[in-house]
Amino acid sequence: MGAVLSSQIVQTVLLGAALLGLISGALGAFALLRGQSLLGDTVSHAALPGIVLGFLIAGGRDLGAILTGAALSGGLAALAVIAITRQTRLKPDAALGVVLGVSFAIGIVLLSHAQGQSGAASAGLSAFLFGQAAATLRSDLWIMGGLALAALSILALVWKEAKLVSFDPDFAQAIGLPVGGVQALLTVMVALAIVAGLQMVGVILMVALLIAPAAAARQWARSLGAMVFLSMGFAVASGVIGALISAGARGLATGPVVVLVATGFVALSMLAAPGRGLVWQELARRRRARNLRSDQVLGTIHALARAHDDPDYPAEQGMLRLEHRAATDAALSDLTARGLLRETTHAPETTPHWQLTPKGRARAEALEKGAKDA
Amino acid sequence: MSDLHEPQFALHVEDLTVTYGAEPALWDIDIDVPPGVMAAIVGPNGSGKSTLIKAALGLVPPVAGHIRLFGQPITRMRKRIGYVPQRSTVDWDFPTDVLDVVTMGLYGQLGWLRRPGAREREKAMEALRAVGMQDYARRQISQLSGGQQQRVFIARALVQDADLYFLDEPMAGVDRPTEDIIIALLKSLRDRGKTLIVVHHDLSTVEQYFDWLVMLNTRIVAQGPLRATYTPENLRQTYGHSAALIRG
Repeated sequence: MGAVLSSQIVQTVLLGAALLGLISGALGAFALLRGQSLLGDTVSHAALPGIVLGFLIAGGRDLGAILTGAALSGGLAALAVIAITRQTRLKPDAALGVVLGVSFAIGIVLLSHAQGQSGAASAGLSAFLFGQAAATLRSDLWIMGGLALAALSILALVWKEAKLVSFDPDFAQAIGLPVGGVQALLTVMVALAIVAGLQMVGVILMVALLIAPAAAARQWARSLGAMVFLSMGFAVASGVIGALISAGARGLATGPVVVLVATGFVALSMLAAPGRGLVWQELARRRRARNLRSDQVLGTIHALARAHDDPDYPAEQGMLRLEHRAATDAALSDLTARGLLRETTHAPETTPHWQLTPKGRARAEALEKGAKDA
Repeated sequence: MSDLHEPQFALHVEDLTVTYGAEPALWDIDIDVPPGVMAAIVGPNGSGKSTLIKAALGLVPPVAGHIRLFGQPITRMRKRIGYVPQRSTVDWDFPTDVLDVVTMGLYGQLGWLRRPGAREREKAMEALRAVGMQDYARRQISQLSGGQQQRVFIARALVQDADLYFLDEPMAGVDRPTEDIIIALLKSLRDRGKTLIVVHHDLSTVEQYFDWLVMLNTRIVAQGPLRATYTPENLRQTYGHSAALIRG
């Protein structure tokens, strides 16, 4: 009986984490591309007052009331940011900072008040700060599932419009798309994705589950579709792995663990992704540097051959070392391996000499021509 | 509705005023550009050149006045208008390739819920061939040079198959071969009866490229056929006395 119960709890938690990953991964990609990471953070912190008020009004832990409150106060904060940016000379980041701070402070004050008033009943409320996956109820899954289905269906329906509005809003408006409407739709969905994750990840860290999987996905993706799918994959994996770890360790809040896993994906992607990853770029840089040094050595041998009016002129390795120093030997073996040079002897001398192969001569002449054109 | 007895201008601007905050960007301007010309909009920085294009496209609301394209408001003409925004207005690190960006020019004609298919991709390829970028169709846009980015934007406007094109500084920061390709293309569009309205910053090429001129400095300084309009006196009034020397 106990085993069944616990496995059912684990199932609920994992399913909830996976559904949350689908929502936040998909919308996080759009939030990242539209530069809304900080807005997401503000909305998530500003959800706290709404969470507490929802709890107080419903008189208990009713997820519907709590999430409605969260959505309302988060939305209000987003509107406040827009109003402050439009009406004052404050820059958007300052407006975001002010609204985030004020809303979160109000939330904390309300939270202390609620806990003083109703004691044990509100103990679960502080779980919304850092998230508690284990608190997920079977009935919560319906809300999460509904949100995931709605978010993904809407994205599928307005896919090309959402893409164009995210990439080039001016052009989108010029061809007659309702840019303001599409932007508002995307922003509202990002806010809903945040609200959906508050219970599991918490108001303080929710933005990381929105942005980190998208940032990791950006490193690998070559299209918006691939980025959204990868982002969903990273977010689902982060949610599920994080929930499993935090469920296994007593008293470990879920949010930080989920975020650490997601950040692991980001670090891995920053390093290893082909084309954009740091390791890949460093390897490419070294390859370019090596090719450049080889080309220079090839050019020297070609110049010597021409100076001696002998296409097969054997250049002495010591001479080449004088010119190209430490890089010489590596370049010579690289050029030989590529079939551009061959080693030879030049009696009576015993030191190694090098001459161009026909392929090497063609390459040297092409390089010389390219340098002249540039 | 347009009056059939009036000459129908490709662009007709009447008493237009646009402001950003307290500063007027355009002040009470009137413009008429006839169809079938290649018109340059010139003026110093901050003279309202881009704002004029954006107002014509309905991207910024006018404080006063109105704009007609072929006698109609922009809202009824969107499918006949092509637009090349300034390159710097978009994030070139967006995860997509060249062909996909060019296909975006067809989104307006496709309408809601329809995805671009083989027919749209073929049109986009055709436009890429016209700008000499067919070999870059599957290239990530983050890997393009400035000139290549500009050609992609021109190709995206080409697939719109419009009658009137607005181009915002298409020659800014592009290499010489790209500029030549773009100008040849724009001239061939004009020769096919299209109207082109181009924000242009390089006075040394105005005479060579254009046949109609709008000189702007928040107000209209002069407008008309290039030869009659491009005079030292008008240049002086547009740019202040220092720029009268620019003319070779």
